[in-house]
Amino acid sequence: MPEHVATPGPMAVGAIGTRASGWWAMIFMIFTEAALFGYLLFSYFYLAAQPHMPDTFPQGGSPSLRLALPNTGILLLSSAAVAWAQFGIERDRPVQLALGLGFGAVLGMLFLGIQVFEWWGQPFTLSSSSYGSLYFTVTGFHMAHVLAGVIILWALCAWSLLGLFNRVRYAHIHIGALYWHFVDAVWLAVFFTFYVTPRLS
Amino acid sequence: MSVSDYERVPEIGSAVLRPGLTDRLERMWETRPGIRGWFATVDHKRIGIRYIVTAFAFLIAGGLESLIFRLQLAGPNLRLLTPEQYDQLFTMHGMTMIFLYAGPVLTGFSNYLWPLLLGARDMALPRINALSYWIYVCAGIFLYAAFAAGFGPNDGWFNYVPYAARAYNGGPNVDFYALGMILLGISTTVGAVNFVVTFLRLRAPGMSIDRVPILAWGTLTASAANIFAIPAVSLAFFLLWLDRNAGTHFFDATTGGEALLWQHLFWMFGHPWVYAIVLPAMGMVSDGLPVFCRRPLVGYSMVALATVATMVLGFGVWVHHMFATGLPSVSLSFFSAASIIIAVPSAVGVFAWIATIWYGRPVFTTAFLFFASFIVLFTVGGVSGYMTGSLPVDWQLTDTYFIVAHIHYVLIGINVFPVAGAAYFWFPKITGRMLDERLGRWNFWTMFVGFNVGFFPMHLSGLLGMPRRVYTYADGMGWNGLNLITTLGSYVFAVGVLLLIINIVSSYRRGRPAGDNPWDSPTLEWATTSPPPPYNFAVIPTVASRHPLWEGRLGEPDTQQRSSLKAGFLLDHGRETLGTTALEAEPDLILKMPADSYTPVILAMSLTILFTGLVLHIGWLAVAGALAAAADTIAWTWPERSLGQTAGAADA
Repeated sequence: MPEHVATPGPMAVGAIGTRASGWWAMIFMIFTEAALFGYLLFSYFYLAAQPHMPDTFPQGGSPSLRLALPNTGILLLSSAAVAWAQFGIERDRPVQLALGLGFGAVLGMLFLGIQVFEWWGQPFTLSSSSYGSLYFTVTGFHMAHVLAGVIILWALCAWSLLGLFNRVRYAHIHIGALYWHFVDAVWLAVFFTFYVTPRLS
Repeated sequence: MSVSDYERVPEIGSAVLRPGLTDRLERMWETRPGIRGWFATVDHKRIGIRYIVTAFAFLIAGGLESLIFRLQLAGPNLRLLTPEQYDQLFTMHGMTMIFLYAGPVLTGFSNYLWPLLLGARDMALPRINALSYWIYVCAGIFLYAAFAAGFGPNDGWFNYVPYAARAYNGGPNVDFYALGMILLGISTTVGAVNFVVTFLRLRAPGMSIDRVPILAWGTLTASAANIFAIPAVSLAFFLLWLDRNAGTHFFDATTGGEALLWQHLFWMFGHPWVYAIVLPAMGMVSDGLPVFCRRPLVGYSMVALATVATMVLGFGVWVHHMFATGLPSVSLSFFSAASIIIAVPSAVGVFAWIATIWYGRPVFTTAFLFFASFIVLFTVGGVSGYMTGSLPVDWQLTDTYFIVAHIHYVLIGINVFPVAGAAYFWFPKITGRMLDERLGRWNFWTMFVGFNVGFFPMHLSGLLGMPRRVYTYADGMGWNGLNLITTLGSYVFAVGVLLLIINIVSSYRRGRPAGDNPWDSPTLEWATTSPPPPYNFAVIPTVASRHPLWEGRLGEPDTQQRSSLKAGFLLDHGRETLGTTALEAEPDLILKMPADSYTPVILAMSLTILFTGLVLHIGWLAVAGALAAAADTIAWTWPERSLGQTAGAADA
């Protein structure tokens, strides 16, 4: 049989939603970030399993849920806002896109502010014990990710206001949003580890 | 907004029937001349060559370090080096070879070869590719600048705590190592993501996953592993840096930390990494060796599956580096069993290569000699690894020269020898000239004899109880003769490596012209000119088998569909390549590829400034680096119409 190349029909050109190379790259970036948090939480559980003096792990008893629980809700709400923005641009609603992204970014900043306030009130420090080291390092890693996510959301919001996206060209939105949803989801793992597991024992 | 702005019926055609097509593609894809092009290029071929040359520079540096301390170890009680100098030299040697040579050299070959093997015009993420290289070279300079200032890493490449804790190692040496490794980890990670996305999205139409060259399987597997493994070592080094600089207690057992946490995190990364720096090299052998046996690889599917299986098992063996640390026996038994089982997929490869030679008609070129000798050396290194997978043997031999012999048989045997073979095999493609075969024979035999004379006796000195990581040893232990032979052998081996470099330099200028396909090889890279044009392929090839250039010669039926190399997707509306589906490689969409850009080199430099600020405790410098990195990232990701990222037609 001779060489033969089938004549294709019309094909999409450029960055198209979940077929863009950047979207695939973000998936694997998220795998490596998820692994990073996996190793962070492994470190927590590994050190938690070592023998400790009473009341040093967690230091001062299980951490309070008073701020952390509502803050978790704020972060989940921000994911919903970003999802609403994504839903909007797929239907060519640029206002909904910009609003959703902006609202998500503001909620992310609110989360950061409350987190800093909670840091302020902790009875231990980074250097007082291995528990303090873990608490500030792991939550600090997560806050750094939230900060990066907030910057991404503001950049996407600005680009949306410049009218760069429409119902075909929104790969940037989905790539940035994917990262934000990851940052929110990984908080649930951090929250469960630090705030819930000490209560289970 | 019309839909036609975002869709096009791609033209199918033949390059020979389109006068001017190759000139236009050349203008679209070529790197600008001069210093600007040098910093801005995103051409995977240029980046690949840079990776290889830089990795060879580090190979020479690491080799010279070992030649110095082999003199110190040539006889008992020598005083050529102080213990402190010895510590820095053997640490720099290990760190350089494992992190700055062995991984990057394979990345270099894969960077150069992948788009050519897969029938694409570049990697999926060309700017990420450039970023990966620039960060790698910055991290190398970062670590070597510390060494030049007398602050090189000095606790071994494994950097165990508590030796590496502030209390026992007060200088900045370990801080440089920690931050340098985190920087290098960024390079490896983004490079790995690029390989995975390229494999999944940029294979030529028709190149379903059972038609991919084994080198691509090897690098894909290594990259997938790196994506999951690199965070462990980056985190370990970051926690150590915090322990040393911010007063945390991760590894300090007196305040609730645990020194073994370091070993767990380090080896959770370290063992997968060992496979990451050999599997692509095994892939090079799996693709190169059959060419010189004049037949396809025996057991393609088994070798591809064994590659993946080795890596999966490779995540479950890290504790065999920790058998002597007093872990519970249940854990030891599990990891001992896993370490022994991993011999099975390794053996699949060995038998496939032997069978390929056995059933083939070998042509004894220098490349063949390197590839075939790799099988021998891998078997020796594999057997000593299998032995130490067993607990009682490991307890006897751990921390002796037996382990040093093992690591050198696996790393030199499975990395350096295949790389030398790959140099002979692909040098004609990269430069358009052949390496000298006569000098090649001298090169091979000097390396092979020198290596075995140098490293085999280490098994014996280890069995006789000589501990590793010591700067000297006492007379009368029965180790003197063996160490002298090891030193002599290492110098012979170094001469062999020197012959390789001489051959490369002299053949680059005066070698015999190679032509497109001097070895009569079957894969797509040999369908291009030597060296390939900037756009790789004038039309995107369509692939119908595992051996597009051997079709019609393997006894397949006449009705079999043939690959199309002359006619195919033209894709000449700017820099474009074809995106295909992940498994079947059906045409999916037309990808717009970025032009040359300064953003990668600026981001690499910004991150280096950030890390320099951190290691020197200069706050404003670190902040400046971080802000520059953030600004550069925003500029980089700014949606571009020419890349088909914004509303409006992307086509020029």
